[in-house]
Amino acid sequence: MAATRRSNARLRAGGVARLRGLRAARRRAALLRRLAGLIGGVLAASGARAVDLPEDHAEALYHLYNGGGVTAQGPALLVRKSIADKVSLTGTYYVDAVSNASIDVVTTASPYRETRQEFALSGDYVYRDSQITVAASTSHEPDYVANNGSIDVTQEVFGGMTNVSLGFSRGSDRVTKKGSPEFQDHATHWQYRLGATQILTPRWLMSANFEALSDDGFLGSPYRVARVFGAAVPERNPRTRTGRAVKLRLIGDLGNRDAMHVEYRYFRDTWAIKAHTAELGYSRYLGQAWLADAYARYYTQSHALFYSDNAISETTYVSRNRQLSTFNDGSLGAKLSYTVRKIPGRYEVKLNGAYEYTRFKFKDFTDVRTGSLYGYSSSVVQLYVSAIY
Amino acid sequence: MKTRMRPAIALIAASALLGGCSMLPTFKPIEPWVKPYERERLADPIMKLSRDSLPEKHFEHVRDVREAARGATGVQGGGCGCN
Amino acid sequence: MYTTLPSSFQRPLRCIAAIALAFAASSAAPAIAPTSAAPDFTLRTMGGPNMRLQEQRGRVVMVNFWATWCGPCRQEMPQLDRLYQKYKSSGFVLLGVNVDDDAMKAADVAAKLGVSFPVLLDTDKAVSKLYDLSTMPSTVIIDRDGKVRYVHRGYLNGYEENYEKQIRELLK
Repeated sequence: MAATRRSNARLRAGGVARLRGLRAARRRAALLRRLAGLIGGVLAASGARAVDLPEDHAEALYHLYNGGGVTAQGPALLVRKSIADKVSLTGTYYVDAVSNASIDVVTTASPYRETRQEFALSGDYVYRDSQITVAASTSHEPDYVANNGSIDVTQEVFGGMTNVSLGFSRGSDRVTKKGSPEFQDHATHWQYRLGATQILTPRWLMSANFEALSDDGFLGSPYRVARVFGAAVPERNPRTRTGRAVKLRLIGDLGNRDAMHVEYRYFRDTWAIKAHTAELGYSRYLGQAWLADAYARYYTQSHALFYSDNAISETTYVSRNRQLSTFNDGSLGAKLSYTVRKIPGRYEVKLNGAYEYTRFKFKDFTDVRTGSLYGYSSSVVQLYVSAIY
Repeated sequence: MKTRMRPAIALIAASALLGGCSMLPTFKPIEPWVKPYERERLADPIMKLSRDSLPEKHFEHVRDVREAARGATGVQGGGCGCN
Repeated sequence: MYTTLPSSFQRPLRCIAAIALAFAASSAAPAIAPTSAAPDFTLRTMGGPNMRLQEQRGRVVMVNFWATWCGPCRQEMPQLDRLYQKYKSSGFVLLGVNVDDDAMKAADVAAKLGVSFPVLLDTDKAVSKLYDLSTMPSTVIIDRDGKVRYVHRGYLNGYEENYEKQIRELLK
């Protein structure tokens, strides 16, 4: 009897608790509905405002990179066209012919040439204040195939003063090794992006971007070697890597048909790499047809946990990849554009040339040929025609 | 107690942001302070965050291959992830 | 544990509901709303002489606010020009109010687009403020008695058909 009374009491208590839980859940739902109503009110306030579809345009580029014994050059082509004023499609073709005689290659193997080709297709769809972009790309090298898909959504809020964007990418790679048909591995990548652009004044705007990156699988190079006790061993990288990057940017109109921008990015990942990037740039219209840009960029990073120029202990992971070492690089770049023909709203053709000079300085990567810390400089040249039609 | 307070705190913060609530010091609701007809300078191409996509894609690729930091650049699309 | 929401929760919730309503209300009821009198203004035209809205009483007036830097505005211009040419003899007048800082650029683009209707220059944005523009472009259709009848915010392909329908209705 007492047991039944006690169990009844327990049942009632359980029932009351469940009832309280239900009420709490209903209250939470009510709060969420009100919050949704509030946000909906803010979003709906924009009314029939429309975000514009990106303009139709095409670009044809010749690019050249030369530095550290590597030369990579090739053409690239992009065509964007809107269909029925609803969707904008973009097709991109990009070729990289690489002639590689870098310090790694020269000291551990022999120089080689190879060509990488990349195709990408993306579609933008605009509905009122939102834009959805879906993209897919595939990149082919003789020993590396990478496929990537992404989706990005951008929403204008607050009377068009704020732009919020969310994005997701997933990549899937297949890694093989020249001369070793038995080697085959894969790598998978995920990226999650969150960004906001805010108009501050009629002349200044700022943006903040955040990205979380995650990689899984074979994340190194089957050709690269590490050095342990002075001897060359194939490198051993972890099979996972997660990183986070946050970037802040400020652009302002300076009133004289010129503008400046400043940006800073911080990156940190689970391989213990911390990197800072800072850039300062200035753009100015010269006359009616010319536009000049100049910028300075500085990058610095700390080395990965398992990176070592010459390891003096046996560790699970070891790498001598200079991309993971402690180094900094400074760049100076300039760009010049010439507008050949312009009819506002109809078409515009521009000729452009850009040049960037970068100096790399490594703090814990040595040139085995000389024994001193490695450093090199590189040049990037871009010549392209862009047209809005 | 804590989890129940969170949605309320979020809503109070949102309402504070948007203003006009009697329990907070009164201020007018925040209106967009740059009107659409004042956006002439912001519409100029030199004020765009990203101007020509192909050259930017190329720079991103050059940096991706040589620097360990990636992401948050605003350049659309994935990289090739190649070695 | 609460059986009803404590008062410390109820007040913010009521506030928030009020804010949501206020927001919806405030944004849906701007200074310019259908059936309100169209605020009068006088602006310099591209050609030189001033033009006053009140002088157009008796005619159906369409005031279109545009700028050279606004893509949809430029897209809309040929359509508006077509409407102007078609109905101007029936008592329809179209005023293109330009909000560029640089009047020369406005004149240049207007000439390139081949507009025949009067282009008024609102470089100090006074009329834009008066009409509380929330979008570029904005089109206000005023009837023969000087009352605002229709307000269009933005421009998408196909809007001009709506304009034509409304103009015909008011011209009757």
